[in-house]
Amino acid sequence: MEALIDLLQKNARLSTREMSERLGKTESEIESALAALIADRTILGFHAVVDPDRVEKTGVSALIEVKLTPEREGGFDRFAQRIAKFDQVTSCYLMSGGYDLTVIVEGDDLREVARFVSDKLSTIDGVVSTATHFQLKVYKQSGFLAADSSTSERLPVTP
Amino acid sequence: MIPLQNRIADVVKNVPRSGIRDFFELVQGRDDVISLGVGEPDFSAPWHIREAAIYSLEKGQTSYTSNLGLMSLRECIVDYVRDQFAVSYDAATEVLVTVGVSEALDLVCRALLNPGDEVIYHEPCYVSYNPSIAMAHGVAVSIQTRVEDDFELKAADVEAAITEKSKILLLNFPTNPTGAVEPLSELEKIADLAVKHDLIVVTDEIYSELMYSGESGMERGKHVSIASLPGMRERTVLLHGFSKAFAMTGFRLGYACAPSVLTEAMMKIHQYSMLCAPIMSQMAAIEALKNGANEMEKMRRAYAQRRNLMLKRFAEMGVPCFAPGGAFYMFPDIRKFGLTSQEFSLRLLEEENVAVVPGNAFGKAGEGCVRACYATAYDQLEIALDRIEAFVGRLQTN
Repeated sequence: MEALIDLLQKNARLSTREMSERLGKTESEIESALAALIADRTILGFHAVVDPDRVEKTGVSALIEVKLTPEREGGFDRFAQRIAKFDQVTSCYLMSGGYDLTVIVEGDDLREVARFVSDKLSTIDGVVSTATHFQLKVYKQSGFLAADSSTSERLPVTP
Repeated sequence: MIPLQNRIADVVKNVPRSGIRDFFELVQGRDDVISLGVGEPDFSAPWHIREAAIYSLEKGQTSYTSNLGLMSLRECIVDYVRDQFAVSYDAATEVLVTVGVSEALDLVCRALLNPGDEVIYHEPCYVSYNPSIAMAHGVAVSIQTRVEDDFELKAADVEAAITEKSKILLLNFPTNPTGAVEPLSELEKIADLAVKHDLIVVTDEIYSELMYSGESGMERGKHVSIASLPGMRERTVLLHGFSKAFAMTGFRLGYACAPSVLTEAMMKIHQYSMLCAPIMSQMAAIEALKNGANEMEKMRRAYAQRRNLMLKRFAEMGVPCFAPGGAFYMFPDIRKFGLTSQEFSLRLLEEENVAVVPGNAFGKAGEGCVRACYATAYDQLEIALDRIEAFVGRLQTN
């Protein structure tokens, strides 16, 4: 159900009733479609998109470029899955181009992320090199603009 | 000195004040009004389109363009029209870029009508049709479509309206204010009539991208342009623009596609009155046509969701309302409450702070209905519907 996924990607807090109203389906149709999407892991989870500048807890986020030597059997998969399982890793993607994995890591402070890179990441067999880039400011996150205050005035009645 | 009001041309003096304008003045100045009275998208034009306009300004593109419009835009229009409407036009001679469809309609009327020529059109309709015809010294002949037919236009009614003086048949599907679409079988009969009686067909298809089909209305319905039917291309002026589907109302950009004799005649007026459409709008329009399909579909789906909400809620309230196949309007039938469309709209505004447009603003065939536009944010729409429910609940118990 593409339309349902669309809806949830924009706003996962809608009630079953609201989703049924928007999509012209019954509530039980929505419930079973949603259960199926969760069961087959099409939907991996739900979370709030937060502007880190607006919360008191200050953490750091880093994007790490990782170069790997692929294995004879399985290529990058085993290494990538191993890296992805660390709690600190929020996202992990195989990339084309100049390096192999993009790893997004979150930690309480710079030192914590540095320790993760030196102790955990770079010591994994197959990791050839890493380059760590710390995030400075969020302008847009998961499709939402931070600090978007644009308004436009429409006339109340138009032809 | 002769009083100034006596200096106004008769043709202008005789054009009645717009019913929309009257209502606008009532709504303005009230706080906390949720307006379903608009006729434009609530979305801003997609950013990539706005960015193209900004970029064109940064590059210093602030000149006049060809009277017909930028050739590169006309080429994009020809491609788009071929894909969407299945009709081919020559970009060099058969496309005229105008300042909105409103200008294009005015140009058609002025280019084609001699005093006394009749223009047949269907009501309820967009508010400018009748005045545009009258100001071009034509005679406006309206056909009343009916709520019982879901406001489809019946070929038999068209035939009954044809006289020796009939020159233009003006169509608008999907229709503002009803959201009605025309079934193909009836459209074919109307096309046959146009051929038989040698009428020029002017077809305003500004809402043609905003079509809803499938069980839940989420799929994009297929639009058939009358221009694509056999024998029609050579007698049809196809009017379209960017306002509705691309949410570009303020860019004021439309176009007319027609045989070159007609576009040439329209261009004669356009070149002296308007010269050309603004170049930054034209640059934005090129971007819209080249890369706008995805954003447009996103907006269409958002409208489809709101349409579903409106249909469900009106049904629950017991307000009869047909499921419109296009545009972003509902046209519920409020006759059972024993109020005129004016009274209903006024009381809804005064008692619940919700603005809808009385149906009679769109011609007398609209009496008994109101236009509720769902191009309004979903949460606002929900509140508006709650208020309407409270209002009609009171009407029903009284």
